[in-house]
Amino acid sequence: MRTLLYFSIGILFGITMFKSEAASWFRIYEMFQFNAFHMYGIIGSALFCGAIITFVLKKFNVNSVVDGEPIVIPSKESGWKRYLFGGVFFGFGWAISGACPGPMFTVLGAGFLPILVVIASATLGTFCYGLLQKKLPH
Amino acid sequence: MGAGKNVSFFQFDWKAQRWNLVVASGAVLGGFIASNYLSASTAVAITPATITQLNEMGILDAGQSYMPAQLFSLAAFSSVKSVLLLSLGGFLVGFGARYAGGCTSGHAISGLSNFQLPSLIAVIGFFVGGLIVNHFILPILL
Repeated sequence: MRTLLYFSIGILFGITMFKSEAASWFRIYEMFQFNAFHMYGIIGSALFCGAIITFVLKKFNVNSVVDGEPIVIPSKESGWKRYLFGGVFFGFGWAISGACPGPMFTVLGAGFLPILVVIASATLGTFCYGLLQKKLPH
Repeated sequence: MGAGKNVSFFQFDWKAQRWNLVVASGAVLGGFIASNYLSASTAVAITPATITQLNEMGILDAGQSYMPAQLFSLAAFSSVKSVLLLSLGGFLVGFGARYAGGCTSGHAISGLSNFQLPSLIAVIGFFVGGLIVNHFILPILL
């Protein structure tokens, strides 16, 4: 049941990413050129809904349908270095591959097989972060 | 590699994290369903200005397809340049998302929705990096 719920959320996410075209390399390129409102509309509306939902979840201590426990959203650790430096690295890769980690899987399902190279390299990237973690400024 | 023995980052609890893989599998199926059964055409109608720019950079299918053939058609597998670009892009996304502790979903959507200052810093980072590559590096690389 729990697995089915997560799987359904994945399917909904995949369809939304594909149909909204947020999974398209072209839309990411266009976003960074500030040539269209499209991507800003997607992110903005997600943010608008997200802020309201997050507020409601916290305000009414809503319980999770998965395990019945209250939903707790942990705050991000304070600091700025990891967020800025990590963010810039992410941005470099985002502009080249035109894919965020989630939509990569949607792109795979849509049949664009070279995304496998991106997924494999991204996994290698996270592995390398694990190796370097203690040497990097956070 | 033996990395799991000495670095806590690699102490991955497969059972507790299984849901991640289930969601990702769903996202694959969602992409399949959307492209095969919910789309008459998958061409992405980007603005004419963007199409012109991309055509000048040699991306001739801009406005006619979902992904540029140069990077995402099967022929990309036999192009050294395309494989290198995909590898570099993917590596940076993976490394950066881990380093920053989140991606577009974790920071730009959920983090900002929860009014987290670190997420705002990360999103500024995403755009600083993305704008630099998009405007100054991609025209050379593509």
